[in-house]
Amino acid sequence: MSQFIAVLVDGIVYSSWLFIIAVGLTLIYGVMKILNIAHGSLYALGAFTSVTLCGLWFNAGLPPMGSYLMLLLSAILVGLVAGPVIERGLLRFMYGKDEVVLVLVTYALFLILEDLIKLIWGVDPLFITGPGGESPYSLLGNFEVAGLTYPNYNLVLIAVAVATGGALAWALARTRSGKLLLAVIHDREVSAALGINVGRIYFVTFTIGAMLAGVGGALTAPTVSVVTGMGAEVIVLAFAVVVIGGLGSLPGAALGALIVGLVRAAAVHYLPEVELFSIYFVMAVVLILRPKGLFSGAEVRKI
Amino acid sequence: MIAKALGTMLTGIALAAIAAAPAVAQQKASVKVGFVTFLSGPASGPFGVPARIAAEAIVESLNAGKAPAPYQIKGIGGLPIELVVIDEAGGATKQVSEYRTLVQRQDVDIVIGYIGSGDCLAIAPVAEELKKLTVLLDCGTPRVFEEGSYKYLFRTRPHATMDAVAATMYLLDNRPAVKRIAGINQNYAYGQDSWNDFEATIQVMKPGVDIVTSQMPKFGAGQYGSEISALHSANADVVHSSLWGGDLEAFMLQAQPRDLFKKSVLVLVAGEPYLHRLPGKIPDGTIVGARGTNGVFAPDSPLKRWLVETYKGKSGGVDPNYPAYSTAQAFLGVKAAWERAAAKKVGSAIPMGAAKNVKEEMEKAYQPPTQEEVIAAFEKSTFDTPSGKVHMTLGKGHQAVTGTAYGTTRLENGVVKVGNIKYYDADRVTPPEGVSSLDWIRSGFKR
Amino acid sequence: MKLDRTSFAILAMGAILLIAGPALPSWMVSMLNVSLCYGTVVLGMMLLMRNGIVSFGHGLYFCLGAYAAGLLDQMLKMPDMLLMVGAAVVVTGVVSAILGLLLAKYRDIFFAMLSLAFSMILYGLLVKTASLGSTDGFNVAAKTVAGFAVAPESQRLMVYSLAVVFATVSAFFLHSYLASHQGRLAGAIKDNELRVEYMGASVMRAVHRNYVISAVLAGIGGALMAVNIGHIDPEMTYWPQSGEFVFVAILSGTGSVFAPLGGALVFEAIRSFAYEYSPNTWQMVLGITMLLVMIFLPGGLWSLFTRKREG
Repeated sequence: MSQFIAVLVDGIVYSSWLFIIAVGLTLIYGVMKILNIAHGSLYALGAFTSVTLCGLWFNAGLPPMGSYLMLLLSAILVGLVAGPVIERGLLRFMYGKDEVVLVLVTYALFLILEDLIKLIWGVDPLFITGPGGESPYSLLGNFEVAGLTYPNYNLVLIAVAVATGGALAWALARTRSGKLLLAVIHDREVSAALGINVGRIYFVTFTIGAMLAGVGGALTAPTVSVVTGMGAEVIVLAFAVVVIGGLGSLPGAALGALIVGLVRAAAVHYLPEVELFSIYFVMAVVLILRPKGLFSGAEVRKI
Repeated sequence: MIAKALGTMLTGIALAAIAAAPAVAQQKASVKVGFVTFLSGPASGPFGVPARIAAEAIVESLNAGKAPAPYQIKGIGGLPIELVVIDEAGGATKQVSEYRTLVQRQDVDIVIGYIGSGDCLAIAPVAEELKKLTVLLDCGTPRVFEEGSYKYLFRTRPHATMDAVAATMYLLDNRPAVKRIAGINQNYAYGQDSWNDFEATIQVMKPGVDIVTSQMPKFGAGQYGSEISALHSANADVVHSSLWGGDLEAFMLQAQPRDLFKKSVLVLVAGEPYLHRLPGKIPDGTIVGARGTNGVFAPDSPLKRWLVETYKGKSGGVDPNYPAYSTAQAFLGVKAAWERAAAKKVGSAIPMGAAKNVKEEMEKAYQPPTQEEVIAAFEKSTFDTPSGKVHMTLGKGHQAVTGTAYGTTRLENGVVKVGNIKYYDADRVTPPEGVSSLDWIRSGFKR
Repeated sequence: MKLDRTSFAILAMGAILLIAGPALPSWMVSMLNVSLCYGTVVLGMMLLMRNGIVSFGHGLYFCLGAYAAGLLDQMLKMPDMLLMVGAAVVVTGVVSAILGLLLAKYRDIFFAMLSLAFSMILYGLLVKTASLGSTDGFNVAAKTVAGFAVAPESQRLMVYSLAVVFATVSAFFLHSYLASHQGRLAGAIKDNELRVEYMGASVMRAVHRNYVISAVLAGIGGALMAVNIGHIDPEMTYWPQSGEFVFVAILSGTGSVFAPLGGALVFEAIRSFAYEYSPNTWQMVLGITMLLVMIFLPGGLWSLFTRKREG
């Protein structure tokens, strides 16, 4: 029983993390039809930026609790700097091209950013730690479930995942911009003809998507050592989550994250040998049963 | 159109061939060493870049003739060393192509490098085919010389079997009561081998121990929440781990606040390079090794002080870790063999009492030794390094053995210190020639 | 079968490469050899792309072909180059015929993702298989060709010649196939599948057939690569490898069967020189090259040769 509870807790924590790293990907795909491999690099950028900013914060001798602000600031910085630069500087010249070409454009971008990160931060693994060993990961204390200790930081992950998902769902369904966005998702050309500024919507979407990738990286940074290549590890995982849920679907990403998270936690506890491919196995099974993922709209056939 | 395309392609090939043809052979002015190490990816931080820094520092110092005895001759045999550094990232397939490039297009004299075991296995037969003296730097797998026999290939550091054997001896010496064993290792060849060796060793040395769980997270997984819960629930006395790099650091960062190590002693077989990086995160009482008497385990000597000093000059004050010691072993092994071959040549060429052709004979004797002569001097040799003496005894004289050491950590004034160090002689922890590691362990360490 | 100009050119290319082999510097033979192995895989990618389909998991067949070749040496002790390629053809043919039944229904990114999932499952299985060396893989040595022993000093040339022959034959047949009735369906499927169905052809069957052909080509490339490199490991089915195939296919363009072969050579040359001259930033060099090609040559490198004629 206690093991089952541990699986649930571990699974939910991991799912929240997965959702945070995957939600930006599904948003960008949903609106722009770009499967953004560079999402992994933006995630890494978020992590590296937060190491730098938290380091500055701690070194200035400021109260450790403020490091959470630095995490948030890193994500916003990544979104506001990298997002517009990439969208205005590169992607906007590529709209209308084949989906696969767009994937490769972001792949090229991913390669470039990987080396850029290396040039800026070097190859040594970095982590966030204050002069007295403080870290946003352990500052909040622990909670206990089923005889196991968990840092409260895990609750932050869960809260951020729920808040992000909720805010996006609310914005899409209830705000004017959200409705315009849905119109663009549904039919880009007609929306443009009706006077919606599609270019602006793409710009804003990509910036928000980049920011969400940054949030993922910034929130991950305190729990890991931030190292080159971390983006590559995450991107396939995020793909799997998004594809299982249905590309471009917000509830899909949530459900996908939950399934993958729980399956992986169960594998680790009960059958560690299969952990390695459990995720891809789930992905294959879901795609075989529901070719376009769990949540997917019907597509218009062209004649 | 097609004819044109074809024409362009073939002309291109021909032009490139002419342009890249090696210059007319000249008098040897330097020893060109191809150095292959991870410059990107997860292995670059803890292993690849320290190895590169060490290589650059060592080459600079050797070229200036600043190394202590017996390495005070400039460069290698008086010839300056020229370094060509290549990234090891990209997998074995690309590394084989790059190796061919190094040897055939760059025309290097010696290749030193390779940290990944897969890369070492893949390079081995190619080195043999291209007949190029190649020294493997750091890879752990015992398979290279257990499965093959090579003339041009050397490995100047011991393989990974002794990690597990010595760790078990140390563990049982210090905590004879252990009953419940768990492991967390990366799910790839090295992680699997490391755990299998450890599991086999402890079952031979202390029959009846319980293996309670073996966690095998994906390489680069980053998130270990579930694994830590599983290890926690397993109530193990000992957690064995060969994690390294970002994975090890992430695991430590996540496990430490969760009190995992209040219950279980941690054994880090590859923990040495992280001691200075993780103060406060490595719990006191952790058992660490460095595959050989490297780093904190290296006995004091002029050579060790030389390495520490030259390395610190290049690294901005950071102490060398064991990949840096491995690099020193490779360069010094080659240098020792080369210079011994040169000395032998001169020694045997002095024409006793001969009056004819003395000048020609002497000139010939002072030519740099051929590759074959260097190899002959390298085989079964023994040489001094910053980590003590290295003996090339396994693999028909091509695979090094050294003793190793384990110790226990404790935090002192914010610095991780290693105490209670125990040294293990090479023949206690390394299988004899011709016996595979796992067979040797299962045979109860028969010699 | 009637021979057009391209068919002759393919055969001529094969003959020239064969004759030139012994005269070229050995590093160039190595580079050409790797490119030919890659090129053979990319020929298959090109066939899929003509159907409007891109696989992000073709490493699956590249790897299966290589392991089929490797196991022939390792387990059955039959290190014959021709048998190895034969084994790769059989294994990849069978596996792709089965998976193809499923995949032929998928399009666009979903096809790409499902093929990715399959390739990653193979990766997981191989990593778990300690007897095959897990991630370290194992060495492969081919010693005979069709039963005849090859002297060690002519081994490299033999391996190279074999790659030339197989790449040439693959290109030749693919070209004939693309010109045939069945092959021409590919372009029609890309344009509009419903119309193809209305014409009375089965889209499913055509896509399935093309998928199997492309998988077999990848298998041949994998077996050739295994013999050429002498070592195989699960990295061959890891996603960046599959991504690289897509990259080379886009770089090359789909205009002619020459495109993948030439594109593979260009890619290999760029990569090799980037490793050599910019060891710390070779990824960046590749990425920038890729962007430049996609921006300025949307039809791939091949469009350099067709542009003038159209203009």
